[in-house]
Amino acid sequence: MPNDDHQEDHKTNNKVSSASSWQSVVNDWSADKQSFDMPWGKLMMWIFLLSDTFIFSIFLTSYMNVRMSATVAWPNPSEVFALTIAGHHIPLVLIAIMTFILITSSGTMAMAVNYAYQGNKKKTVYLMLATALLGASFIGMQAFEWTKLIVEEGIRPWGNPMGANQFGAAFFMITGFHGLHVSAGVIYLTVIARRINQGKYDEKGYHIVEITGLYWHFVDLVWVFIFAFFYLW
Amino acid sequence: MTKMENVAIADQVDHSSHPSTFMGKYIWSQDHKVIAIQYSITAIAVGLVALVLSGMMRLQLGFPNEFSFIDPSSYLQFVTMHGMIMVIYLLTALLLGGFGNYLIPLMIGARDMVFPYLNMLSYWTYLLSVTVLISSFLVSGGPTGAGWTLYPPQAILSGTPGADAGILLMLLSLAIFIVAFTMGGLNYVTTILQARTNGMTLMRMPLTLWGIFVATILGLLAFPALLVSAIMMIFDKVIGTSFFMPAILSLGETLDHSGGSPILFQHLFWFFGHPEVYIVALPAFGMVSDVISIHARKNIFGYRMMVWAIIAIGGLSFVVWAHHMYVSGMNPYFGFFFATTTLIIAIPTALKVYNWLLTLWRGNIHLTVPMLFAIGFIFTFTHGGLTGLMLGNVVIDLPLSDTFFVVAHFHMVMGVSPIMVLFAAIYHWFPLLTGRFLNNKLGKFHFWGTFLGTYAIYLPMHYLGFLGVPRRYYAMGDTDFIPESAQSLNAGITVSAIIVGLVQVVFIINVIWSTFKGKKSGRNPWQATSLEWQTAQFPPGHGNWGKKIPQVHRWAYDYSVPNVKDDFIPQNVAPKDVEYLADEKNNNNPREK
Repeated sequence: MPNDDHQEDHKTNNKVSSASSWQSVVNDWSADKQSFDMPWGKLMMWIFLLSDTFIFSIFLTSYMNVRMSATVAWPNPSEVFALTIAGHHIPLVLIAIMTFILITSSGTMAMAVNYAYQGNKKKTVYLMLATALLGASFIGMQAFEWTKLIVEEGIRPWGNPMGANQFGAAFFMITGFHGLHVSAGVIYLTVIARRINQGKYDEKGYHIVEITGLYWHFVDLVWVFIFAFFYLW
Repeated sequence: MTKMENVAIADQVDHSSHPSTFMGKYIWSQDHKVIAIQYSITAIAVGLVALVLSGMMRLQLGFPNEFSFIDPSSYLQFVTMHGMIMVIYLLTALLLGGFGNYLIPLMIGARDMVFPYLNMLSYWTYLLSVTVLISSFLVSGGPTGAGWTLYPPQAILSGTPGADAGILLMLLSLAIFIVAFTMGGLNYVTTILQARTNGMTLMRMPLTLWGIFVATILGLLAFPALLVSAIMMIFDKVIGTSFFMPAILSLGETLDHSGGSPILFQHLFWFFGHPEVYIVALPAFGMVSDVISIHARKNIFGYRMMVWAIIAIGGLSFVVWAHHMYVSGMNPYFGFFFATTTLIIAIPTALKVYNWLLTLWRGNIHLTVPMLFAIGFIFTFTHGGLTGLMLGNVVIDLPLSDTFFVVAHFHMVMGVSPIMVLFAAIYHWFPLLTGRFLNNKLGKFHFWGTFLGTYAIYLPMHYLGFLGVPRRYYAMGDTDFIPESAQSLNAGITVSAIIVGLVQVVFIINVIWSTFKGKKSGRNPWQATSLEWQTAQFPPGHGNWGKKIPQVHRWAYDYSVPNVKDDFIPQNVAPKDVEYLADEKNNNNPREK
């Protein structure tokens, strides 16, 4: 597997590979110049994602809080999120497809990172664009889902014929906030793919693909939690 | 082709290009030093607005019904805007955006922040947030009068001043500020972690940087709570959701809201609000440590303990937030938990106070203006910290909550104390910016006026609190349990407050005058060891270091090392270059005499 090469490579570059893992943590942190053996952009993305994790955690905690303190019953997810296809009432079908698409996009992203480190520019660009395309289709389906909830079910952020008002409020706010993250990711991927194609990273190296990938995997991971808390609870 | 090798920033070739136009140098500047000054000027300007607002509040409290331009609504608006501006737009911005920006690259030996463009955006976004905030003075209904805590439901209901546009502008401005802070904060943390110079390990950094570093991490993790609650409150206000709004009967009308949780907002607000106290306090702790050490010509006592105390305080600050909510009603076990964690914070904090005192002990204390402010800080901070211990206990907090005792407590601990350090820092680092000293006589006048004046303001307030005088009241009216003498005390406090306000005008004049006409300081006037004073060009130019970044050989506290010729050894002096006293018998180490 090509991925193993990259890991091997990393190990040989690491000066303290012989030391125990705990010792190497200590060595990194007591070193001069830098605390992590990575470009600053990657570390900055990690720290940003840590901060963003707090944003989503607080969104979800608030959602749990209003759900527990709501005075009207919460709507049943397998009824709200069901589609009727060819006369059959299928719960959670759309969201299953959406989740599958988003997780697939994480796969194409991981492949893009791998090809980037191999220096295969063409495949990297194609895989990043494929990832962006999958992300865009996720957004499209989300728009479809929102339309169905708003137009057919009559759910609004301020009102909900199927139960507690807070359902609409929390659902639109949190999936909307996540949707904005996915949209930003699609734009980010497209811009970076274009710049790679123009050869702007030929000298600097392709760390940028991994940095973009970190963001994209994070957005996918957040979706898993949103999915669990809104659709399975 | 394989993965490109990662080269540490300190080992990279300097590609930085130097801007030549006025706009490039001073307006759209990406130089951390210029951005720091932009941040500082904006923060101080908006802080002066907040100072004037507090003067108006004091006029009303000291001499009720004398001033026709202050009505109950505008009084509440003054309270709210004063609090929010001081905490967020002055202290946070000046300590991190101002001092953080200026000192981080210089103290770690870097040429600039890792991402200068984002750093520039951070300032302009901050300026936008300030503009949005100030614009709320101009809209109909004026700024919000909900109190700086912005508790719903009242914050967004009619009846509260500024419930139409004011509260929205406030929430919007906060959201923009958080974006600005995040852009700056990512830079500060990443720069400290990845851009240090040769030999600069984390444990050789001056404590100023440790304070700024941990405070920035707190900010990146705490501001999300404020952002989320601002978003939810905007939705409650604008599109009628009910996150924070329960079923309410307002002015005889049943509102459309139902089922929301006002307590949720309080939890979110204080999950941000308590770390915010330490976002302000930790950089101040760090800077005061350095000022005390430099002006006492002695290494900081217990450097490692000081670092770990900063980290411990930072960690603990995330698990104490509900001590602001004892009167909101909570399970007694929660109260017990939060009271315990609150009191535990006193341990690392007291450790720091002892270490400052032990640094002074048998030091060669120079009573310069920065040192006076630093020693003043030890007084005000200990004072405010002790009343914090009282309020951390549930049974003491309940009767004192929402009285002037609380006002006195938090002004001493997070108002006056960080401001004392900020003044110490401004007097200390002013020569680095301008090559000139601030005027010494005016500085001493400024210190005594501020130090004695703030005590004249806040000591009596503790007493008012014990009497049960409530805070945020426009006027006491005929309240039986408050004796008339309380009013005389209030008048006295107001006179002191006006004097303290006027003393700050002297400071502003001093800064402006000294920038152009102050006494030339020469290079490294305080004989400090840390890197910011060791630049090739003085004051430091763009790129900070000229051709070669410095090599660090030691920690930042080599003061009065025995048998060494000078009483300080800069961090970039190699062991072989240290000049020792020729004759062992002439050594000036007092301990061996």
